Amino acid sequence: MSGAADAPGGVRTLVVRCPDWPLTALGVGPSEPVVVLAAGRVLATTVAARKAGVARGQRRREARFRCPEARVLERDDAREARRFEAVAAALGDVTPWLEVWRPGLCAFGVRGPVRLSGGEANLVRRTARVVAVALDDLVGSAADHPGCGIGVADGGFAAGLAAGTADASVVDGGGAVVVPPGGTPAFLAPLPPAVLGCPALADVLVRLGLDTLGAFAALPATDVLARFGAEGRDAHRLASGIDERSPERRPIPPDLAVSVTFDPPVERIDRAAFAARALAEALHGRLSGRGLACTRVVVEVETEHGERLDRRWRDEGVLGPGAVADRVRWQLEGWLHGPPAVRPTSGITRLVLIPDEVVPATGRQVGFWGGASAADERAARACNRVEGLLGPGSVRVPEWRGGRDPGECLALVPFDGWEGDGSDDPSRVVAAAADGPPWPGALPGPLPAAVHAEPTAVEVCDVAGRPVTVDGRGVLSAPPHLLVPASGPVGSEATAAGDRVVAWAGPWPLHERWWDPGRRRRRVRLQVVTADGTARLVVLEGGLWSIAATYD
Amino acid sequence: MATPLRFPSSLLAEPDPFDDVGDGERIGPDAEPTRLRPVPPAAARRVRPTMLAVDRTLPVLPALGGLFPGGLRRGTTIGVSGVGARSLAIALMVRATTTGSWVAVVGDPDLGLAAAAGQGLSLERLVMVDAPDPTAWGPVVATLVGAFDLVMVAPRHRVGAADVRRLAARCRERGSVLLRLGDGPWPGRLDLRLVVGGAAWVGPDGGHGRLCSRRAGVTASGRGMEYTGRRTELLLPGPDGVTAGA
Repeated sequence: MSGAADAPGGVRTLVVRCPDWPLTALGVGPSEPVVVLAAGRVLATTVAARKAGVARGQRRREARFRCPEARVLERDDAREARRFEAVAAALGDVTPWLEVWRPGLCAFGVRGPVRLSGGEANLVRRTARVVAVALDDLVGSAADHPGCGIGVADGGFAAGLAAGTADASVVDGGGAVVVPPGGTPAFLAPLPPAVLGCPALADVLVRLGLDTLGAFAALPATDVLARFGAEGRDAHRLASGIDERSPERRPIPPDLAVSVTFDPPVERIDRAAFAARALAEALHGRLSGRGLACTRVVVEVETEHGERLDRRWRDEGVLGPGAVADRVRWQLEGWLHGPPAVRPTSGITRLVLIPDEVVPATGRQVGFWGGASAADERAARACNRVEGLLGPGSVRVPEWRGGRDPGECLALVPFDGWEGDGSDDPSRVVAAAADGPPWPGALPGPLPAAVHAEPTAVEVCDVAGRPVTVDGRGVLSAPPHLLVPASGPVGSEATAAGDRVVAWAGPWPLHERWWDPGRRRRRVRLQVVTADGTARLVVLEGGLWSIAATYD
Repeated sequence: MATPLRFPSSLLAEPDPFDDVGDGERIGPDAEPTRLRPVPPAAARRVRPTMLAVDRTLPVLPALGGLFPGGLRRGTTIGVSGVGARSLAIALMVRATTTGSWVAVVGDPDLGLAAAAGQGLSLERLVMVDAPDPTAWGPVVATLVGAFDLVMVAPRHRVGAADVRRLAARCRERGSVLLRLGDGPWPGRLDLRLVVGGAAWVGPDGGHGRLCSRRAGVTASGRGMEYTGRRTELLLPGPDGVTAGA
């Protein structure tokens, strides 16, 4: 365990950050323009794509617009974790106590390893060398990965920011940012509140005129607690450079570790991962039985040959059973595909999950008015699962566009996982239709309940069986009498009684974008009710009638 | 998290909707068969668990109150067919979406979103899912049934009996409502069938006017439920696009 006895400035921590890890994991070098998407939004880009204006968080369409030549890949988080294990394993030479925050980002306490290396500068240089060698082994050559950034500071938060600002391309530790001991508050002071990672709070702070962490840190802690609650207090501690760990951290009850023994030993990952899911559920149950939640978990594996592997996983949010099970699976895959030094030589006999750091479980407070409710989160999770089953773009949500046709005023856009950080409001999906400008010439309501994606061609005939036409002044040649399927024979004997028109309204001519020869559209719309009581919207365009919608 | 107290069904405010279902399939507060002795009625009234009728039903438009006196019962499967079925299906979902429930529509790309918005449906809680392959249809709908209060399906293929059984059980377990649009074969019992018939449009008159409103009768039939045999006349939709009583 980390030293609780450290100074209030926080545990001196070294953070290793491999920038654009989702790309490195997919084997993409920084020079090629590539974009990695997660849930329809840009997750990471290469340097080349960034130069073209692609930024994190953009939609696929926007990214493609800015950088049409970029290759678009989907995120593969299992692969990210699997390949990062090689880096994590290599760092085992530097420290035995490594904590993986997420694939591409890991940290360890400096206090022990610094004695071994003789000085922080040496430690940083050594770490950079180890990581560079591991990355070179992983992807082939130094040109195929963007290197790593290293940051050292008091506390993981500041060290992470330092690693983010370090120039990763400078090898051999030259690009590391080392904040001197005690200098963390000064390092943090000029940074904007957005780095705190709570957008809502950062937004309020900026509007209050507190546009740097220094200004926020200067506020009395008690006032911050009174105004912003526990979240504000934690953010204030971060901004002040005080130990970033929540003061609510609890000592770990000794009997919380859960384990499962495999007999016969498990050789296949899917079997072990299956057991891991049950194990994660058991751990979660035990923790929640005590009102605790886990922020760091140790995954430990023993094999038939007596090897013992473990890895610490940290999560900023509180790890749920699904998150823990995923980490176990990634970790197992990482070990199995890792360098020979860490690869287990035989089947797994035992799997242990040890909660390493726990906090009181406060549960997630869901929105009362607006915001995300429990039902919203459930729905979003299900959408993500269905998208996993059917492929991206198969789950879509309506978005208001406006238009004169019932089919064009609302478009379907791919569901893009707004639940991501819980801060996004689902209601933004549909802008209020009533707020938009009016559409003169729009179809009068009530609108048809079925708008056909592919209109069916029909013939509209008059009493004599002649096709009904519309002249240039928008006048029908004769009242419509029959609706005949375009392929079917024309004539009253061959037509079912259901096709006889009993009532009709129109015609309503519609001439759109007449100023633009490429996109002009001229149509005539007609509402007809046939003998079976079905009302349809038939449209004449280019001399052909078709059923565009049904009042189902 | 305290386990909720369990009481025999005789204490509940409402009759059990699945009285004709085997013991293993029950939902609600008496999901586990209990062996308590009958409690005196006076005591029962005082210790009645706070399971509100609201929690076991989804709200419906006032116009549909004649068909669903207490609301749409959770855990049921409902078939909607006839001319005007889509309008009725939308009308059934409107009030639930405005009170925070989510709706998923599987395999009905023709659903008129503008009409749904006109009926008052909260489109921000509507999710449209492309028609899955027949093999994936069951798992996809089962996933949605677990998470959405209302799932509307319009299968184009022949749905397997096992899928239907599993979905019905999942609906009961999760308290979701499965709406099945159209009148194709459905290899299983639907709790309720709503058939729209006798539609008559008001408005168009030899080229003048426009489609204004449709008067239609909705007949309910089902198994052992109190709304079986009910028939109601509706304006589906009314002149303002919203479903109203006729």
